[in-house]
Amino acid sequence: MRLLSPRQTEKLAFALLWACTGIVILPVLGIIAVMLYRGISGLSLGLLFGVQGGLLPAVVGTILLVALTALIAAPLGVAAAVYLSEYARSGPLVRLIRLAIVNLAGVPSVVYGLFGLALFVTLFHFGRSLLAGACTLALLVLPLIISTSQEALRQVPQGLRHASLGLGASQWQTVRRVVLPNALPGIITGLILSISRAAGETAPILFTAAFYSLTSPYPKSVFDPILVLPYQLFVMATEVPNTPAPTKWATASVLIAVVLGINLFAIVLRARLRGSRRW
Amino acid sequence: MRRIRQSFDEQLEQLEQDLLEMGAFVAEMLAKAMEALVEQDVTLAQQVINEDDVADDMDLNIEQQCMRLLALQQPMSKDLRTIGTVMKVIADVERIGDYSVDIARTAIKLAATEYFKPLVDIPRMAELVREMLGQALEALVHHDLELVAQVVAGDDAIDKMWYALLNELEEIMEQHPEVVTQAVALLLVARYLERIADHVVNVAERVAYMETGQLETLAPSHRADYQPDAEL
Amino acid sequence: METLGVNMFYDDFQAITDVSIAFPARRITALIGPSGCGKSSFLRCLNRMNDVIPGARVEGEVLLDGHNICDSGTDVVQLRKRVGMVFQRPNPFPMSIYDNVAYGPRLHGIGDHAQLDEIVEKSLHRAALWEEVKDKLRELATELSGGQQQRLCIARVLAVEPEVVLMDEPCSALDPTSTFRIEELMTELMADYTIIIVTHNMYQASRVSQFTGFFLLGELIEYDHTTQIFENPRDQRTDDYVRGRFG
Repeated sequence: MRLLSPRQTEKLAFALLWACTGIVILPVLGIIAVMLYRGISGLSLGLLFGVQGGLLPAVVGTILLVALTALIAAPLGVAAAVYLSEYARSGPLVRLIRLAIVNLAGVPSVVYGLFGLALFVTLFHFGRSLLAGACTLALLVLPLIISTSQEALRQVPQGLRHASLGLGASQWQTVRRVVLPNALPGIITGLILSISRAAGETAPILFTAAFYSLTSPYPKSVFDPILVLPYQLFVMATEVPNTPAPTKWATASVLIAVVLGINLFAIVLRARLRGSRRW
Repeated sequence: MRRIRQSFDEQLEQLEQDLLEMGAFVAEMLAKAMEALVEQDVTLAQQVINEDDVADDMDLNIEQQCMRLLALQQPMSKDLRTIGTVMKVIADVERIGDYSVDIARTAIKLAATEYFKPLVDIPRMAELVREMLGQALEALVHHDLELVAQVVAGDDAIDKMWYALLNELEEIMEQHPEVVTQAVALLLVARYLERIADHVVNVAERVAYMETGQLETLAPSHRADYQPDAEL
Repeated sequence: METLGVNMFYDDFQAITDVSIAFPARRITALIGPSGCGKSSFLRCLNRMNDVIPGARVEGEVLLDGHNICDSGTDVVQLRKRVGMVFQRPNPFPMSIYDNVAYGPRLHGIGDHAQLDEIVEKSLHRAALWEEVKDKLRELATELSGGQQQRLCIARVLAVEPEVVLMDEPCSALDPTSTFRIEELMTELMADYTIIIVTHNMYQASRVSQFTGFFLLGELIEYDHTTQIFENPRDQRTDDYVRGRFG
């Protein structure tokens, strides 16, 4: 005899799935709640716009770094994804490239930091700078961008490619006029999610871009080091013993807010792009 | 194991079965009508006339089955030819029933008068026609093209008998004007039998088409360029 | 258009064996056969859409106006302009109706607006869709019904003025009314185009085509007038198939 009727198992399954979702969401909400609770008293306009030790330069630095990273990583990543999913015929070389991409995504970020230090800072003589940091972060997010873009390209129905080719379009015309426009929402979402992850990374920029200065907070060129939020928080927490706790929590809140802001931007952008495309 | 489309196959078999039954029924009508004519049996003749309704019902029933199979089963190739054949053949068989009724009516008309001579050639002709009908129906069931050829050969014999009877009765009427009424009636019976033979040939032609897919007129007397005088 | 001894392989698997057919111009030829018999693969040989499929390889000759289109020197872009293709599922691009039809002409370098307008209207007319969409040319093609989408795909092919139109089960995703509309359309188009249609619906083949080829296991079993194939095929296998006794 059956222990539970299908109706009951259905209810049970639903409850379990719901509970799992809750367990996933809870820590996120917890972190935000604790941060706001501890940091609310430290949040002030002074914190952001204070003449010395204000967070504004770090916010600006973070955004600059992220923007430059995007500028470097996006074309490379999307181009690689297009090659891999539209042009490459499966062979040992392509398999090797795919394997490398998957593995790169699993490399710890501190390794990227050390690699960036050796390659960009030292070998290329970029010094500890915005450019070196952006290049390093770009390397970090490339595998992510490539795999999300490939996924987005895969979502474009095969029928559309065949239709285009069948009308006498070349492979490139098909990619440019049909495949890319239709994969764009997915690609952009992937891009921004990857890059918002970069915004929160500390290790890769530790040796390549970030510095802590109260006197010259804004970079003059891409070859200047910059203030960035994650590093600011890191220094505050480890090297400035008398920082009041609410200030630290407030800084963390700002960092989270910036990351959330970037994500929100991604979601809105995707929604607008997707509005016109359906199949 | 069930064959693919077994129920359709069974319906086709049923259709052939029903057609055979109708053929046998009409052949029986013809036999009774002839018997009524020879024996001057009015009751039997009346029975044949009444049986025509049954034959007509069979005709309608089979036609309906055919239409249904065409509409619902989308038959192709041999199946299509079979159903098409059955639809055409029932019309011929139904006409044979009608001619049998005509013969039965003649039998009633002639029942009261004595024949001016014993009926010999006309019953012989009817016998051959019935044999041909049996052959045609058997050809249909057994897919036998040999029997089709026999039917066609039979029709040639019928045609010769008809022209011989025509000449003979013309002479009798010229010499004995008093039997003209009877002679004309008997001439018509001969004519009916000759027409029945033509319908039987139609059936045989359809059987050939069903088997080979080739539509053609088999009997020389059914072609437009046929010159009857050439054979006299 | 004709083929001579065409063989086709997917890697080591031989999908088509020694198929030779001459397609009569301005007639509809139907290719029928059970699933996996190679009829679609064969159709794709005719405009080299098999190039797109990894591992696919074609041997033999496919002649268009006497030139073998399988030659490596063939301009595939030009070929596909001359030999258009309509696919199984309606696959309009997610853009406006107008842009869908104008896609091909634009690819081939027509940029003039008036000229494009004319081509779009003419093609939609030919595909019997103009009356239904003339007021919403700027609306999304993907909003159309399935049958309209398929006619749009036909218009899109006609816009590049092909000589041959290949149709790969063009009605298998459509309801009966849309199917009959497209069949009627094919009959109209026959006056100007050579049409080759692959269909697993043999009644469709019997309704629209003048010639029919029956494929089985990659071989062309029988090729003849459609009436002959459906009334009295020569080959027992064809007979079994059209009578639904195949097995």
